[in-house]
Amino acid sequence: MAILVDENTKILVQGITGSFGGRHAQLSLDYGTKLVAGVTPGKGGQTFADTVPIFDTVKDAVGETGATVSAIFVPPPFAGDAILEAVDAGVDLVVAITEGIPVMDMMRVRAAMKDSDTRLIGPNCPGVVTPGRGENSQGGCRIGIAPGYIHKRGKVGVVSRSGTLTYEAVYQLTSLGLGQSTCVGIGGDPINGTSHIDVLKMFNKDPETEAIIMIGEIGGTAEEEAAVWAKENCDKPIAGFIAGATAPPGRRMGHAGAIVSGGKGTAEAKIAAMRDAGIEVADNPSDMGEALVRAMG
Amino acid sequence: MNIHEYQAKELFEKFGVATPKGQVAESPEEAKAAAADLGSQIVVKAQVHAGGRGKGTFKNGFQGGVHLVNSADEAAGVAGKMIGETLVTHQTGEEGKQVNKVMVADAVDIEKEYYLAILMDRESRSPVIVASTEGGVNIEEVAEQTPEKIFREVIHPLLGLQPYEIRNLASGLGLSGDTAKQFGKLLKGVFKLFMSCDCSMVEINPLVTTPDGQVLALDAKFDFDDNALYRHSDIEALHDPTEEDPREVEAAKYDLNYIGLDGNIACLVNGAGLAMATMDIIKQSGGEPANFLDVGGGATQEQVRNAFKIILGDPNVKGILVNIFGGIMDCDVIAKGIVAACGEVDLSIPLVVRLEGNNVEAGKETLAGSDVDLIAADTLADAAQKAVAAIS
Repeated sequence: MAILVDENTKILVQGITGSFGGRHAQLSLDYGTKLVAGVTPGKGGQTFADTVPIFDTVKDAVGETGATVSAIFVPPPFAGDAILEAVDAGVDLVVAITEGIPVMDMMRVRAAMKDSDTRLIGPNCPGVVTPGRGENSQGGCRIGIAPGYIHKRGKVGVVSRSGTLTYEAVYQLTSLGLGQSTCVGIGGDPINGTSHIDVLKMFNKDPETEAIIMIGEIGGTAEEEAAVWAKENCDKPIAGFIAGATAPPGRRMGHAGAIVSGGKGTAEAKIAAMRDAGIEVADNPSDMGEALVRAMG
Repeated sequence: MNIHEYQAKELFEKFGVATPKGQVAESPEEAKAAAADLGSQIVVKAQVHAGGRGKGTFKNGFQGGVHLVNSADEAAGVAGKMIGETLVTHQTGEEGKQVNKVMVADAVDIEKEYYLAILMDRESRSPVIVASTEGGVNIEEVAEQTPEKIFREVIHPLLGLQPYEIRNLASGLGLSGDTAKQFGKLLKGVFKLFMSCDCSMVEINPLVTTPDGQVLALDAKFDFDDNALYRHSDIEALHDPTEEDPREVEAAKYDLNYIGLDGNIACLVNGAGLAMATMDIIKQSGGEPANFLDVGGGATQEQVRNAFKIILGDPNVKGILVNIFGGIMDCDVIAKGIVAACGEVDLSIPLVVRLEGNNVEAGKETLAGSDVDLIAADTLADAAQKAVAAIS
């Protein structure tokens, strides 16, 4: 089962001819992901890695290949347009990897997507991985930039705002022999497509997922809202971690969304809300895997 | 990115937002000329980003970064004591900030002070306008103690500011007649400025009414979305690097995400979340982080080398912790960057390195094969404990 994507999901990559997009498209192919198309305006008719057809538009790519997910590697000035193009082409899921999209652009994109059935994940996120069952988790669906080999197919759902902290958590889980159902990076921007709470709801419904790790960071109140929801509604054990307890207020810590302002979005408030919801919060990032073991009892 | 008061005034003028008459001056002569065009009550204000200017003290002993004067000659005299001097306020720290410019403006006769701000609200994913009858004071305190004095309008991201929203706010503030009309004109200008310049915040505190019926923005604070500066070269030009930590200015040159802090254990990490978590674990282990530094997911050897030089340039740093989870980042690239940097500077403080992930074996071999003296660590917790132990 897993959530969002599985071994059979067909994906396309917007921006496949860029160096970043191309490198990660190749890594996804190597992982065994069904990458069926690329899109770069003006380069339709060419192929990527000798096998993947490139189209001028997402509409053509979807029509010809039946791709249902688009991964966006388009540079920031053009990324908002790329997301809207994918939404208009009717894909089920858009995963925007691009870092540095202006907030105003994301505000307009989200407003334009109000009545759409398409789900957006990101931007500024590591992507989504449903690990495969082969050696080093080969054969899974890898969308984005996460290292495939650290994964292992299993029963833990992972949702996180941070890329490298997700890898850290996944690596700890795999080292403990605990596999993952799906790992979702929702991204570090202030306006994004999918929140912690959205992903918790999906994991709660997914029969394959038996426990959840939720990783957050300072800024906003999404973790608090997710914790309140989980307290009332989530049937599965959850472990968590919040980064940024020592960050100075008013400073943007790398991620555009990671900022404590006006006394809101502090690590303390998030950790308190999570503990109140019965979430096993790791004391430090080395403890995320063990915290999940404790949560599972 | 922040801007100076005089730059905010210039932006306001461009968008038809009323402000007191005045201009910026870089010398006493310019201040005198500027004051000659003004009325009999003139205010001279030191231009630094920090707040608390009025109660600040110059290092030359001159009291106050904001002065009321009654003539052009007096304005020139005050400007002479400010320009080129260093102002210390509760926000600048002990080292203070050098004042290069002053604003010379009409001292406005104030009838009543209000608060007006527009900010990008992440929860509603929309611009939100916040207004209050309590101006010139700390708005967070007003929100806590007298929330009924705060008025909010969530603006539709695609439709923009609507006339009824302006009427709601004017009514909340108790404005009517021509004053309400002037408020509406001012608000429309500020909103247009907010949207077209990719602001994340514009805060006017105070917004004032005058006995002769004007509505003026007296002081303003701006914050711009750094991600959108590429399409606003005019705003990027307002950037004043002398207002920033020189280490951060240097780091920005190499596309490194660096924030200077007060501790003594420097860290170099890939990824913003992991960098924050590394700071946290240093503190938990009994140390104090000297900085936040995210070298990014695709850092080059050159970037790592420069990152190393920046953290070593901080005299407070007594030890270094490198924490890399090479998902896609090649650990060997980091290792080679460390070796290159240590070849250029004399590393006399402990260096703890934790490498994990992609190509980690090659990275460890590179470090082991070099003459760099380092302490290897396996996990993040291990690394933090070793770093704290090494400097104590």
